Amino acid sequence: MRLAVGSERRTYVLLVLMVLAASSGNVLLGKGMKQAGGVTVWSPAGVTTLFVKAFANSCVWLGIGCLLLFLVSFMVVLSWADYSFVMPASSSSYVVTALMGHWLLGEIVTPARWAGVVSICLGVVLVTGTSFNTRMGSPIRE
Amino acid sequence: MRTALCLSIIVLSTTGGEVAVSHAMKQVRELGNFDLRSVLDFLRQALRETWFWVGIGLLAVGFFAMLAILSWQDVSFVIPATALGYVSGALASKLILGERLPPRRWAGIVLVSVGVALVSLS
Repeated sequence: MRLAVGSERRTYVLLVLMVLAASSGNVLLGKGMKQAGGVTVWSPAGVTTLFVKAFANSCVWLGIGCLLLFLVSFMVVLSWADYSFVMPASSSSYVVTALMGHWLLGEIVTPARWAGVVSICLGVVLVTGTSFNTRMGSPIRE
Repeated sequence: MRTALCLSIIVLSTTGGEVAVSHAMKQVRELGNFDLRSVLDFLRQALRETWFWVGIGLLAVGFFAMLAILSWQDVSFVIPATALGYVSGALASKLILGERLPPRRWAGIVLVSVGVALVSLS
């Protein structure tokens, strides 16, 4: 697949990919770790048992796969974009994760959490309104 | 107490890891095309960077701390709470990576942090 796209467009495409991969990965890890069981004894043996159970769980492996996809997308976009742009711009993943946690895992999202979600969204809108590269004098905006 | 400790480890190691990876990626030639060969070449160059491996080590610490905390806390609490790293990340990007943060970006980061506080307090 060959996708020669403009800097701005490819930045946003990769950000969307990062958000989806991170959200799915975190929800899958959350589900897998709950299935593996909580840490009840903080001894080396107890923690080892937890990680053995975790790595025998398919949800944990799917989650790891999604987070690897996130990592590669993150690496690629950071080769031209500011870290201080990518980091907050990708925080939409927290919103998507909260929604997935609510709908897929049945977790309770309180009104205050919803307010937090809205604030994060507004922050993302502000950040994505700035140039994605301040070190090379990017002509995009500003 | 164990939740606060685990969250601190996650935030600090993740921020340090991402800053190190960001520094390494700026040394690698930018990916222009998204065909498989270009992506593999890009990854090969990235894997030769020492700072990349420093970053991966720190991210691994954050990852295992995340696995542990998810075994007793809700994902919709843990994940937003770890976004405290946005503040430390913004400072690190300015002081360590030399990025210029325009006022609008700072405002956005503050809003994200307020959102994180709201989510974490509820």
